Amino acid sequence: MASKLTTSNRSGWLFAFPGFGLITLFIVVPFFFAFWLSLTNQRLISPNPTEFVGLSNYERLLSVGVIDIDPEQDENGNLLRDDNGDLVYPRVRTFTRNNPDFAGYEGMREWFRWNSGDTAKVVVATDVVFWKSLTNTLMFVLIVAPVQGGLALCLALLINQRLRGINIYRAIYFMPVVVSIVVVSLLWRFIYDGNDGLLNNILSALSFGMFEGRDWLGNPNTALGSIIGMSIWQAVGFHMVIWLAGLQTISPTLYEAASIEGANKWQTFRYVTWPGLRNTAILVLIVITMQAFALFAQIDVMTNGGPLDSTTTLVFQAVERGYGKQDISGGATISVVLFLMVLTISMIQRYLTREK
Amino acid sequence: MKSTLKLTTALVFGACLSSAAAAQTELTMWYHGAGNEVESNIINQIVSDFNASQSDWVVSLESFPQGAYNDSVVAAALAGNLPDILDVDGPVMPNWAWAGYMQPLPIDESVIENFLPGPKGYWDGELYSIGLWDAAVALVTRQSTLDALGLRTPTLEEPWNLQEFMAALDAAKASGEFDYPLDLGMAWTGEWYPYAFSPFLQSFGGDIVDRSTYQTAEGALNGDAAMAFGEWWQGLFANGYAPGTSQDPADRDGGFIDGKYAFSWNGNWAALGALNAHDDTLFLPAPDFGNGSTIGAASWQFGVSASSEHPEGAAAFIQFALQDQYLADFSNGIGLIPATASSAQMTENYADGGPMAVFFELTEAQALVRPVTPGYVVQAKVFEKALADIANGADVADTLDAAVDEINADIAANNGYGH
Amino acid sequence: MAAIDPSNQGLRLATRYAVLTLIAVIFIFPLVFMVMSSFKPDLQLLRDTGSFRAFLPVGDLSLNNYAAAFDRAPVATFVFNSVLVTGLTVLLSLFFCSLAAFSFVFLNWRGRNIALSIIIATLIVPFETIAIPLLLLVSKLPWIGWEGLEWGWLNSYRVQIIPWIADGLTIFLFVQYFKDLPRELIEASRVEGASWWQIYIKVVMPLSGPVLATAAILKFLVMYNQYLWPLIVVQEESYRPVMVGLQYFFQLNIAWGEVMAYLTLITVPVLAFYLVLQKAFIASIASTGVKG
Repeated sequence: MASKLTTSNRSGWLFAFPGFGLITLFIVVPFFFAFWLSLTNQRLISPNPTEFVGLSNYERLLSVGVIDIDPEQDENGNLLRDDNGDLVYPRVRTFTRNNPDFAGYEGMREWFRWNSGDTAKVVVATDVVFWKSLTNTLMFVLIVAPVQGGLALCLALLINQRLRGINIYRAIYFMPVVVSIVVVSLLWRFIYDGNDGLLNNILSALSFGMFEGRDWLGNPNTALGSIIGMSIWQAVGFHMVIWLAGLQTISPTLYEAASIEGANKWQTFRYVTWPGLRNTAILVLIVITMQAFALFAQIDVMTNGGPLDSTTTLVFQAVERGYGKQDISGGATISVVLFLMVLTISMIQRYLTREK
Repeated sequence: MKSTLKLTTALVFGACLSSAAAAQTELTMWYHGAGNEVESNIINQIVSDFNASQSDWVVSLESFPQGAYNDSVVAAALAGNLPDILDVDGPVMPNWAWAGYMQPLPIDESVIENFLPGPKGYWDGELYSIGLWDAAVALVTRQSTLDALGLRTPTLEEPWNLQEFMAALDAAKASGEFDYPLDLGMAWTGEWYPYAFSPFLQSFGGDIVDRSTYQTAEGALNGDAAMAFGEWWQGLFANGYAPGTSQDPADRDGGFIDGKYAFSWNGNWAALGALNAHDDTLFLPAPDFGNGSTIGAASWQFGVSASSEHPEGAAAFIQFALQDQYLADFSNGIGLIPATASSAQMTENYADGGPMAVFFELTEAQALVRPVTPGYVVQAKVFEKALADIANGADVADTLDAAVDEINADIAANNGYGH
Repeated sequence: MAAIDPSNQGLRLATRYAVLTLIAVIFIFPLVFMVMSSFKPDLQLLRDTGSFRAFLPVGDLSLNNYAAAFDRAPVATFVFNSVLVTGLTVLLSLFFCSLAAFSFVFLNWRGRNIALSIIIATLIVPFETIAIPLLLLVSKLPWIGWEGLEWGWLNSYRVQIIPWIADGLTIFLFVQYFKDLPRELIEASRVEGASWWQIYIKVVMPLSGPVLATAAILKFLVMYNQYLWPLIVVQEESYRPVMVGLQYFFQLNIAWGEVMAYLTLITVPVLAFYLVLQKAFIASIASTGVKG
């Protein structure tokens, strides 16, 4: 690789400098500024002076604890049960509000709980919304990255054939990408509508009235799934185009060779197409992952993070806090946490897909 | 930016010293009415009338779409690029004044003594902003609906109480005529929630924040009254009285007119549409849930930015704009409630016997401004989320506690917001 | 063999088209909804949303919404601004990003790996998180214009263009593509004495049709849909782009018909750009004959 022919410090710098310099000035420098903000108590607007607060923003964001809660007993030591026969537990707020015995948990809220014997193990966190946004974001990424990447590849293979009028289809598949995500989200609100939405009407018609309409975005169980579905639909054309560009770089002579050797379609794909898409696959995987972690516009337009925080995401929270609640240092803290997390993941990705 | 502007202006002045225009000082003004043609015409008319009426000042106007206005102002303030005259939403004003974006408005109190209380923007004992109008909310329904359901028509003196209100919703539900008895406008996220719904909480006896000190929400937002409000609020959605947070925005806009809802909690800006669709549209006062009937007050107002070097010029323009004629123009143009009784008589809708005169009475009798504190901007957001969560079935006590904690943490982080 | 049977061949072809068309329907319906709705009065539009009528040109159709949209907002100004900003940014971006990627892939220089790692790391930074620091930065940057040195970039085209020229995704796109180009070709040219600049212009660029088209489309979309950035750096109407203009239509009672008309209008340039590029894209593959 490092042949003398290609070694050139001067030309190398000269060619890379404009692009690299612009990125440094307009992305890297502001990001370091955001990192600095996360160590202060800076408000978006305030007459109060900015103070350096160390890691306390991170502490507030990340602190979690577990409280063991025993079921209520009557004076004889018998466990109390409600009408359904379930054990009755004291409310978490009796521990986390003005309770000197649990001073370390002051102001924390329940995130989730499980039972160990009769004792309830309650996981409490200072910032439950942050943890929910973290798990929602991870869920979104884990589903969208493989599904969208895979569907996009299928579409690219489908569209990469010699057929009359194929260009029209290619254009149509790309159309959802062309329309702004804000616009698409607005349109899908009509489709997902709980009363008279198109999706309910179609499912009802297809099932001859068996399907009962549901409030897709209003139900915490279906809201995130609905947004995932729409997001895949919207952006799959984007990645189809990237796959297509990759497919074009595979030499036709390889396909000819494969067909001479009598390879079937799957073998051709497995031994000719897929190896030729290596760099494209890395690109698609990384791009989808980055975009999925940045999920914001759909949430902002369609659910505002609700219902019950079931669709809130890290970037949505960063924006909501930084701008909406004027807590620019709190918003910056989430951004930094997100950055470090994705950086770790992408380093793992790079390690796993490294050229051996 | 400012300095280059002044440099160029100076150059221009140098070039045409003899011209009369040289004596005039330019004042810049921002307004939130872009995209609303009628509103833009009226404000442009006021500006050109003012510019023609005297020779000291020239106001130049830049309009923004309302949805982007606050973000634009905050960004411009951060970048040090504010105009002389600012348009500000009433409840947001204390935040901007406290942050040092605005300066007190130097106009004489006697000029505004006849104004409704809502449009007057006071912070820290001083007048910072003044509005040409107010907005009000009413329970919109039809006479035919009341008749069909056999309901008493509530009045300002004798509004529905909690039992009557719930009985009305039950009757509407039982009739089977409607998708939902009540449309609260849950589709309108943002400022609508605190503006439209915090009066319910106040009528129950709670509030967003303790107004005696503005230092805590404990007790106000999670006390017994607030808990009762929260349970009632949750019941509206759990029992199918009202569509929840996923309401289709189109249903919000057209649902009542289409007959999907028996009652709609809506503002005076939507009143003309309802009146045009149904002759027998009625605007009922807010129910009294125990502590009197209350609706929100304060809408957009004018003030002077802190960076303006000509507050007297800015004040001259604002005072000029406060003429009854302009108040009436805005009201006739976009259905707003004129800020004085005398201008109300000059309007089509709010004059005695006019179709929307009831709104003037409502705002006079029931209006309560939202908490006057710089922290309101954050508190409104927290309140909105708490109401949305409760509507979606979250535990009332836990949700209100969390809201209180968040509001209190924010107040502490801002050193008490200067109260 | 069955495959030679013409009727079978026809059936297979028909199946292919059927599959392609079915998928096409899934992808195109919101656009059809948007366009159809733009011709309908508001109340009918809203009533139609629950049924297939939403996709059909039925009922009371007119161009009223378009006329009203032009009355409400300076649509032509917004479209002009967006096309200008987007066009310039795309051109500059293609040049600077491909040049940088060329250097990263084909040249050996000290610090190359670190620089590339930094660039790829910037992919992770969502723009929303750096908007305010960036705003503070550009409001203090110098500029030499007609009137000499001035400070601050607010209210201009440059503030909408220059920060967006270089981005990690575009560079990364070129890098991944260039890796697949045959290195022998470049080394051969080098042996023949070509300068790096000549190799970039005469060898690499002519082979880069597909990636140029892809990068151009993606960049175009990002730029054309800008909202937050122009919102905070532009206060004068004369510099506003289309997505900020969309806010003109979200008044308290939304005129959905006008919204749809406006959306249809602003979607036309993007679609046109894509269709034109798609042609160039196909042509470039045909002419270079693809390398192996």
